[in-house]
Amino acid sequence: MRRHGAAKIIVLHLGVIGLLFLAQFFLPAYHQSNAIRIMVLATYAVGYNVLMGYTGLLSLGHAMFFAAGLYGAGLTIYYLDFTPLQGVGFGILSACALSFVFGLLALRARGIAFLIVTMMFAQALFLTTLYFNEITLGDQGFVLSEKLRTMTIGGAVVKFSDPVVKYNFALMVFSACLLLTLVLARSPVGRVLVAIRENEARTRMLGYDTERYKLLSLVISGTISGVSGAAYALLFAYIGSTFATIQYSIFPLLWVLLGGVGTTLGPLVGTALMFYLIDISSDYTSSYLLVVGAVLLVLVLWFPKGILGTLRERWLSWLP
Amino acid sequence: MTKRKNENSEAETNKSGMAITRRAALTGTLAGVGALAGAALIGGGTGPLIKSARAHTGGSADRPIKLGFQVHRTGIGAAYGRWYERTTVAAVKLINSMGGIAGRPIELVIEDDGTDPKRGAEVVEKLATKHNVEFIFGTLFSHVVIGSAPRAGELKIPYFVVSEGYHVASGMLNRYVFQPGITDVRSQITAISSWVLGNLGKNVAMIYPDYAFGYNHRDYFSAAAKAQGGKISVLLPIPPTETSYTKYFARIPSDTEVIYHVMVGPGVLTFVKEMGEHFGSKRPKIFGFLDSLEAVDMASPGLEYLEGTHFWEGMPRYAGGIDTPHERFYRQAVGVNDAGASIQNPKDVSTYSHMFGCWETLFFIKDAVEQSGYQDRSPKDVARLIETSEGFQWLNEGIAHPQGAKKFDGRLHQCFGPQFISKVENAKLRVVHRTSIEDGLYAPEANYTKQSL
Repeated sequence: MRRHGAAKIIVLHLGVIGLLFLAQFFLPAYHQSNAIRIMVLATYAVGYNVLMGYTGLLSLGHAMFFAAGLYGAGLTIYYLDFTPLQGVGFGILSACALSFVFGLLALRARGIAFLIVTMMFAQALFLTTLYFNEITLGDQGFVLSEKLRTMTIGGAVVKFSDPVVKYNFALMVFSACLLLTLVLARSPVGRVLVAIRENEARTRMLGYDTERYKLLSLVISGTISGVSGAAYALLFAYIGSTFATIQYSIFPLLWVLLGGVGTTLGPLVGTALMFYLIDISSDYTSSYLLVVGAVLLVLVLWFPKGILGTLRERWLSWLP
Repeated sequence: MTKRKNENSEAETNKSGMAITRRAALTGTLAGVGALAGAALIGGGTGPLIKSARAHTGGSADRPIKLGFQVHRTGIGAAYGRWYERTTVAAVKLINSMGGIAGRPIELVIEDDGTDPKRGAEVVEKLATKHNVEFIFGTLFSHVVIGSAPRAGELKIPYFVVSEGYHVASGMLNRYVFQPGITDVRSQITAISSWVLGNLGKNVAMIYPDYAFGYNHRDYFSAAAKAQGGKISVLLPIPPTETSYTKYFARIPSDTEVIYHVMVGPGVLTFVKEMGEHFGSKRPKIFGFLDSLEAVDMASPGLEYLEGTHFWEGMPRYAGGIDTPHERFYRQAVGVNDAGASIQNPKDVSTYSHMFGCWETLFFIKDAVEQSGYQDRSPKDVARLIETSEGFQWLNEGIAHPQGAKKFDGRLHQCFGPQFISKVENAKLRVVHRTSIEDGLYAPEANYTKQSL
């Protein structure tokens, strides 16, 4: 029975990745570029979901990890002549290091205090990007030219401004992070994280060092968020302090809430739905944010566990 | 760490390319006035331009030309966006009444970007690939322009911004981006500096926001002061989170002759109030940029201390600042009264110093399409349009350019026009000086024409 469930889960996830791969061959140009953006931003939501969905720690500061990846990649490519992939690698390392140090300090706080600490640290990083304006160009930001986003791999010239390269790079990034969280969710470590979410005191009483598990969860979550930030810098070529503002900490929270907290595919569903909700409603009214707000209210009232969370609760209990 | 130089930077300054004469400016101005007079004689003020438009139609007269308008309807740029939209709609109405662009009526496709760089890039994609517009224009806030421009370049769609930022002329962006309707901030500062130093005082304290926009003022005004024998007594960058300013005023040396301030955001009223409390009647001369008071009534409570101070204006808010029939025609067309507010609602103050850029940009696009013979968004036609635009040198004063004649530099994709210095008198702005185009010219740092298309 368990093996049968595992097969369904693997088929579902590989099927989603396969569909995303095939989509590039039949989607019109507009929706293809939307899909690239959605996959990159869904990766951010996937990272957020590890901490909020599986470990039960609410953060309002994840923009700092996204920004760490964004600036880690962008600055090294722009100033230090890193190749695009070296830059992305440095961006990921930056987010990983930041989340580790942040975790050591912030996880001393609990509940609402932790939430506030995340917000304060993110605000500090945002102000840091403004303070070092001479380098970051602060609020105005800077762009990575096409030349800086081109590299040679195995003799082939790869341009990260090329739509095909962009699509498949975004797909690779998203798929890797999605499968990582799937493995995590089904692993013993993932079970401990869920146990912490459900009852931390009891988990500690069972002999688990919950602080270490929470730190691990935060580092994984922050690093995946940094992967998204680094990919964003490379694929969309703009690096600016706007991405470190609190607005960009709230976005992944909304995407995860909409798609389904603690579900592996919820972040993708939530990000895509929110994207198209804004996109379509803005065609009909300039008050499109009102529409988004109304939809979120409906969701909170009738589907508090999000779309996939509700599906799992009512019909698909095997969904991870 | 050294900053990477722009790949398209030009080491040598080609001064001959920027050389203009007063005679040329006068000729351009007279040509514009002549066109207007001729138009008025024919009736409706548009006769000669209709002929010009239809001269290049090439049989596609019924097919509309779709223009994507990226506007800040929401977010921090909403006040500007509201007036950019009104100006754009008015200009489109006029151009369509004149026969459209190359005989094709303009169909405007408007998208809000929320004054957000991420959404801005999405809007560029949507306009270019879903709505299939021919060009995109109208973006204002610098971070949105810089966030959106790479996508315009990748999609190879001409992108006309109305931002006044130095980002276009600096070479930071790409060959598809133009700013033909409004002078950039570096040129604005360069233009007004000699008047400020010569008439208000040479010992200047500078107060500016501690981020990129403020640094433009710090760097370019400081350089101008140094070149003209002036002195910066103190530089006071204000952090964006600051809510109280008295401690900064206390650091201004007593022998300071001029306070040069560039305050943006909601703190401006507190800034003015605290400045009054600190200096009282024994104040230095005060000069500011109007950006922070765009869409704000000069008679608002709290602004009384600005009486007698001077401001930069991009285009004079109060009627009479530019006393030409073109300006009066433009003011009427965009629905602004003599005090710079909406004719329908006098409490709704316009962003008059900036919004003319939308109007003038649309006429630039019209000229570029008609002179290049552009038909559709094929690579060949887009290239022809861009190369034709880069060849423009003068934009004559007239209905199309009511703010004044402009010099266009094809290497920089940037125009240079007159600037205005106004004095606050009886809670109104009265123009006391108009700079020449030459006052605002600087050595170019980029050459987009060297980039491939």
